[in-house]
Amino acid sequence: METTTVSPPGLPAAPARQLAAVRRYAGQWGLIAALAALPVYYGIHDLVFGYQVTVAGHQQTYHDLANLGYDFAQGLSNGAIWALIAIGYTLVYGIIELINFAHGDVFMIGSFTAVGLWTVFGLTPGEGAAALTGFLLLTLIITMIVTGSLNVLIERVAYRPLRSAPKLAALITAVGFSFILQNVGLLWRGGSPQSVPDLIGVQQTVFTIGGVAIQRGYILVFAVMIPLVFALSWFINSTRAGRAMRATAQDPEAARLMGINVNATISLTFLLGGMLAGAAGLVYALYETNIWYFQGFKAGLFAFTAAVMGGIGNVRGAVLGGLIIGVIQALSDARLGPQWTEAVVFGYLIVIMVLRPRGLLGEETREAG
Amino acid sequence: MSGFLRRLRERERRAAAAVARRLPPWWNRALAGALIVIGIVLPFFFPPDSGFMNGTIIAVTYAVMSLGLNVVVGFAGLLDLGYVAFYALGAYSLGWFGSDFFFKLRVHVLVSPIANTLQGIHLNFILILIGAAAICAAAGMLIGLPTLRLRSDYIAIVTLAFGEIIATVAVNGQSVPVGGGMTLTAGNLGISAVDAPYFPGTGSFSLLNLRPWYWLILAILLLVLFVNLRLRDSRLGRAWVALREDEVAAVSMGIPLVKTKLLAYSVGAVFGGMAGAFFGTYYTEVNASQFAFGFSIFILAMVVIGGLGSIWGALVGGLALGYINNYLIPDVLNDLPSKFGLHFQLTQVEFGIFGFLLVIMMLLRPQGLIPERRRRLEMTAQIAAEDAQLAEAPTGEVTVILPPGEGAA
Repeated sequence: METTTVSPPGLPAAPARQLAAVRRYAGQWGLIAALAALPVYYGIHDLVFGYQVTVAGHQQTYHDLANLGYDFAQGLSNGAIWALIAIGYTLVYGIIELINFAHGDVFMIGSFTAVGLWTVFGLTPGEGAAALTGFLLLTLIITMIVTGSLNVLIERVAYRPLRSAPKLAALITAVGFSFILQNVGLLWRGGSPQSVPDLIGVQQTVFTIGGVAIQRGYILVFAVMIPLVFALSWFINSTRAGRAMRATAQDPEAARLMGINVNATISLTFLLGGMLAGAAGLVYALYETNIWYFQGFKAGLFAFTAAVMGGIGNVRGAVLGGLIIGVIQALSDARLGPQWTEAVVFGYLIVIMVLRPRGLLGEETREAG
Repeated sequence: MSGFLRRLRERERRAAAAVARRLPPWWNRALAGALIVIGIVLPFFFPPDSGFMNGTIIAVTYAVMSLGLNVVVGFAGLLDLGYVAFYALGAYSLGWFGSDFFFKLRVHVLVSPIANTLQGIHLNFILILIGAAAICAAAGMLIGLPTLRLRSDYIAIVTLAFGEIIATVAVNGQSVPVGGGMTLTAGNLGISAVDAPYFPGTGSFSLLNLRPWYWLILAILLLVLFVNLRLRDSRLGRAWVALREDEVAAVSMGIPLVKTKLLAYSVGAVFGGMAGAFFGTYYTEVNASQFAFGFSIFILAMVVIGGLGSIWGALVGGLALGYINNYLIPDVLNDLPSKFGLHFQLTQVEFGIFGFLLVIMMLLRPQGLIPERRRRLEMTAQIAAEDAQLAEAPTGEVTVILPPGEGAA
């Protein structure tokens, strides 16, 4: 292993050259093959052996892909939530190269804030559609402001003083803040998962495509996620502040010399990441109809895996990675059992790190150039 | 605020320099000898089954883990957030090889007469310790391999993922058959009825008399401490520090990257595994619920609070957080919030407290309570440079990096 990396490129030994070729090939296709493995395996399994569904009291065996389609629909809508969180990781990593460990817990605080606001507004499942939409939009805005400000505050208190310190230092405070927020959540709503009133009837079927029932929840998730992602891309690509963010991500020193307020730009990045996490928190509470102080831990790690899978620093990559992780999660939940899902997703994280640490769409960080 | 902090650090630096000047050279050895003697006779001053003894045993075991993690995070600079994996593997080594868990087998090696009659695998505690060390060394290499080419923060995440995978397997191990109706772990039910350590000629290990347990873990601690001290000053130890400080420079100086990093993971893992095996027998149970992510952070907090890379820091950090966690928070301060009219107990938020300690330490005293010598030099040199920069008079202060010989640990 050492010899392959150390030997000069001009005259590698023959086995070393083969090894390097294998490694290059694995780096190119290994991750994609690993990702395709689960759906392909279960798709073939369903077609060949079939799956059983209980219809009107008696069991029937089907040999089609509708079951897989259901897993995909479920997975993509889970994944849309992870994508919203992953964008926060990727933006922050892109600009200050820090894994914001507390981000998952900011998302959790978002869920808690949203549910708290519903109680304040007295929202119940029987609300009229217009009033419900209005109140939900209002809670969405307030939640996003709360979590965005919280994220800015964390950056100001815990990360800014350590910006010139070794990377390890800020990472450790990030972990510390994650635990602080978790315990805030614990004191806020107790230690066990709590159910949330199902305001919109998430499991009602809206329409059916190819045997796959599309539920209200799926539509809700994408109705929140797609506009937010487009708004974010517009902001980053077309506004002055967005250009300042991109410049700071590329080279903070040069950006400062060009008259960009680097500190304000970094705060803005944390604000945007926190707002998306808050939106994800609200959607999660509506979609899963239960909340827990520990939800941010798993969500944060899944979303981070998603961000790395897409290529850290890359917003499109974070969205793609989030959707993929969601599908993996749904497949694992449905086929292997939810108790194994974390191990499966973390296994994928390790596979990514080994085969393709730059991610599917390529990372956009200073180190990557 | 920063002006105040700088003055504070400056005062500390002067005080430390003054202490170092005043002490004679034999001071360190005398102090170490005295501490070991106090450590050995300590149990005679407390009842053999007292809560304090229990807390002390747990704190010493934490210190062993803290010393182990210090090798990985402190010496080699590889942030390991999945250290609990080695605790789990060590504890399961004990559960597998020192209980009737694998009830279809009958293996007995040098165990007590009672254990000799039981089904399952029963090995002597020393053999289990060696086995746990071997398993953890292999696991340490395994986790080290994918991280070799990664940058520092990705290493943290991969180790975290590894720890979570081990914890998930531990919880769900009941549904993993290993043949003959036996399963891999007992999940949250726990492997109970594990053997107590047994050494011919010594007293029996029972929970009514905690002294033998204490001396056993003290012996492990002293061994680990000795190995740690020798490693730090060895070629390998210097290679770790070199890699931590500048990987590219170290590799170009001929330090083998792969071997050095993998050894750091392995050595750290071995210590964690030994402590885990001891915890397994001391708690008389190996339960999957013990291996949560929070525990990794708890151990990390010990290393950070003590001072990254500092052996004495890791020791003190481990003991201090051990006492805080098992004595101060549950027994002394638990009712504190209710005295202020708040409806929770302090034990509920202990991880929040450790998180807070991590943040505060990193912000106010990143070098830890007992900083490593090299880091102290860096810090003081940096402060001197900062002072000079602020005063816009780069004279004197910058060149005073500390005279040679000062602060020799």
